[in-house]
Amino acid sequence: MRGCSVEELVVATADGLYCPAGNFHIDPWRPVQRAVITHAHGDHLRPGSGEYVTSAPGAALAARRLPANCLVKAIAYGEAQELGTTQVSLHPAGHILGSAQVRIEHAGSVWVVSGDYKRDPDPTCAPFEPVACDVFISEATFALPAYRWSSSAAVAAEIHEWWQLNRARGAASVLFAYALGKAQRVLAELTRFTAEAVYVHGAVAALTDVYREQGVKMLPTMPVIDAPAAHYAGALIIAPPSAAGSAWMRRFGSSSTGFCSGWMRVRGDRRRRGFDRGFVLSDHADWPSLLRTFDDSGARRILLTHGHGDTMSRYLRERGVDAAVMRTEYGAEE
Amino acid sequence: MQRFAALFERLDTTNATSAKVEAMAEYFRSAPPADAAWAVYVLMGRRVKRSVGHALLHAWLIEEAGLPAWLVEETYGSIGDLAETIALLVAADPAAAPASGRDPTDDLPLSRWFTERILPLADLEPAAKREHVTGWWRQLAYRECFLVNKLLTGALRVGVSRSLVTRALAAVFEQPRMQIERALIGEWAPSADFWQALACNEGSLHVSHPYPFFLASPLEGPVEGLGAREGWLAEWKWDGIRGQIVRRRGECTLWSRGEEIITARFPEITAAASRVPDGTVIDGEVVAWKDDRVAPFAQLQQRIGRLKLTAKILNEIPARFIAYDLLELRGDDIRPQPLRQRRGALGAMVQQLGGTIIQLSPPIEAVSWQQLAEQRQHARALGVEGIMLKSWESHYGAGRQRGSWWKWKIDPFVFDGVLLYAAPGNGRRSNLYTDYTFGVWNGDTLVPVAKAYSGLNAGEIQELDRWIRAHTREKFGIVRSVESHHVFELAYEGIAKSTRHKSGVALRFPRIVRWRKDKSVAEADKLADLQRVLAEQHA
Repeated sequence: MRGCSVEELVVATADGLYCPAGNFHIDPWRPVQRAVITHAHGDHLRPGSGEYVTSAPGAALAARRLPANCLVKAIAYGEAQELGTTQVSLHPAGHILGSAQVRIEHAGSVWVVSGDYKRDPDPTCAPFEPVACDVFISEATFALPAYRWSSSAAVAAEIHEWWQLNRARGAASVLFAYALGKAQRVLAELTRFTAEAVYVHGAVAALTDVYREQGVKMLPTMPVIDAPAAHYAGALIIAPPSAAGSAWMRRFGSSSTGFCSGWMRVRGDRRRRGFDRGFVLSDHADWPSLLRTFDDSGARRILLTHGHGDTMSRYLRERGVDAAVMRTEYGAEE
Repeated sequence: MQRFAALFERLDTTNATSAKVEAMAEYFRSAPPADAAWAVYVLMGRRVKRSVGHALLHAWLIEEAGLPAWLVEETYGSIGDLAETIALLVAADPAAAPASGRDPTDDLPLSRWFTERILPLADLEPAAKREHVTGWWRQLAYRECFLVNKLLTGALRVGVSRSLVTRALAAVFEQPRMQIERALIGEWAPSADFWQALACNEGSLHVSHPYPFFLASPLEGPVEGLGAREGWLAEWKWDGIRGQIVRRRGECTLWSRGEEIITARFPEITAAASRVPDGTVIDGEVVAWKDDRVAPFAQLQQRIGRLKLTAKILNEIPARFIAYDLLELRGDDIRPQPLRQRRGALGAMVQQLGGTIIQLSPPIEAVSWQQLAEQRQHARALGVEGIMLKSWESHYGAGRQRGSWWKWKIDPFVFDGVLLYAAPGNGRRSNLYTDYTFGVWNGDTLVPVAKAYSGLNAGEIQELDRWIRAHTREKFGIVRSVESHHVFELAYEGIAKSTRHKSGVALRFPRIVRWRKDKSVAEADKLADLQRVLAEQHA
């Protein structure tokens, strides 16, 4: 059984994860005084807080997604900051550009909040860096043993093959992928196969520009314009999932649709979403990666946030690891 | 197998029927004949004799997964489909094999998977079965592993109907669909020879070969929309088993709509039918008949359920054949003739036959739609399901073709039940809780009375799924009991006494009409309400 530790460095509050010793929140879901941000996805970065602390590579994305007058402070990966009586540093999480784990040190004890992370290689961001700690607060979005990922190279090859098959039939390929992170990862992975330009939805274009400004190598992109369907025959178009089924889609005429997400691993989800193809490409850790990461951290205690946290914590407890669930309001979208 | 797996993937990921037909046609054109025949067999929903049951696969999965049993169950509960859970947990590591699921070490053709692997399992001891099956699991990639499990245990459920398969075959062979339909009805063994015979249209039809049944569609909109009353035959929709009497070359065979031969189950009908002239096929309904009226379907079911027909049961539950239509006369296929002519010939034949076992389905006498609607009010008292409307000019089609045959059913019974249990669905709904069990009050406890799978829209299903996950009381394998909170209006077609159900009643074809968010659990129906309907129905 877990006794109540004298030193709870991070606690769950109504506003979000909070570090009392440092007097700051991590990815709060309500406005707070100071927010340390793991990454720029909407469920982790919300407007209204007094000050935002992000990683240097993530600052431009955060600035882009927050209202204009927000105070964003950028710190380099690994650079320690004094917040209250704690030492805080950010370390690559491998989730999207600028994503970070938050390391908090106080009175000889080290806690790490993972944010969202993956262990698979991703050409658009710094790879996950294992950080030794006493307590590891981890995401558990895909914490079921059914979720195991193929190599990204193999999935990229599938996407390319699908595009070429559609092209041979004279059809457009519309690939739905999260506008921040997944879309750019696909654009970067596809450079293995081609140098051809790809059409992107406006929501994807704006964020892709930020990636490009930071030196991420991707396929050239062009905006989707009002043109007859013939204009898009054989082309690849990348759009956010929200565009599926909208009037915006009509311009492509007969097209094949695909969706990139870890959820596409399961047939029920693949079929229910109604896309022609599901590509299993996730920016989260799969079951084996989660376990490997817990081992790498050397943590004596694991706390789990969103997803199948209860399943993972029971599994860990049975293996003698001190583990529990931490209630948060992060989403399961990918 | 990879070729078939690729076809499965294409069928599984499109909702467009034209794309499905095209995918099947491409497969049929390119696959080896024996594979094509087996593909038709499984796509039409036929299955080989099961040699490994669901329970065995489940047990082996727990042993093979290398995970705690509860975690396997939890994963199964989340995925909802055993074949897929096995493929996700035990199949070759996706990171190690190419993602598209190609496994270079194994590409046995589909037909040989059946003839050399799946069918021979039946003769093996359990330990040997286990060794083979789990060996395939480890060797195959996700997609093939999933498919092999599906082929072992039952239907594919890939959203392909029998008529879609025949459409694809008709396109490939450039033959009319009716011809294909006919060749595929009844019993046939998938093989290269069968495929060649189908292709050359020289399938040696068995002497007892039936015709595909013509089915009616539910009437939508007002009956007056059908035009003049005189243009339509109205007859009762009898509640029994649709069947075909095939009388050729001195033999007599009774087929059910499920394409099973039921000759031996109804000796009195077969005896009467043997007096029909040779070269005759009659479409009709097998019903249980007592005291000069049709008996509830449940009684017919009792009779079908008996392995041995004793004189007692033949006496207690006698059967009749109510003739609807004449399909073959003096060896000629008369289905293209208008119903007016076919019924004329049928009437004459039944009259000549005499006796009471085979009788003509009587036309309902009503000169106007108004009068017919009044007659329909009496349907329940007569023990029939409603009225059939058939255009006098209609030819006898195949399958469900809209326009000339309609069923005008009586309004179903309804009751309000409380959601008690939920389990994941299949196929598209496999990781959603969509199979529901509902209960009614018996004193101060809720007793389960009905299972229903359909009736909610996609948004409601999602909403209820989330609620179920958040309000689970207990988990029993993949089934969850939930808090008693939600009330649903359910419709059903009939009610019978049952010793197999705790509630003592069995409902026929229950389905959800609407989610009654406006009702509290206390307002749900009582078991006594259902018992009253039972008493009235059988009075």
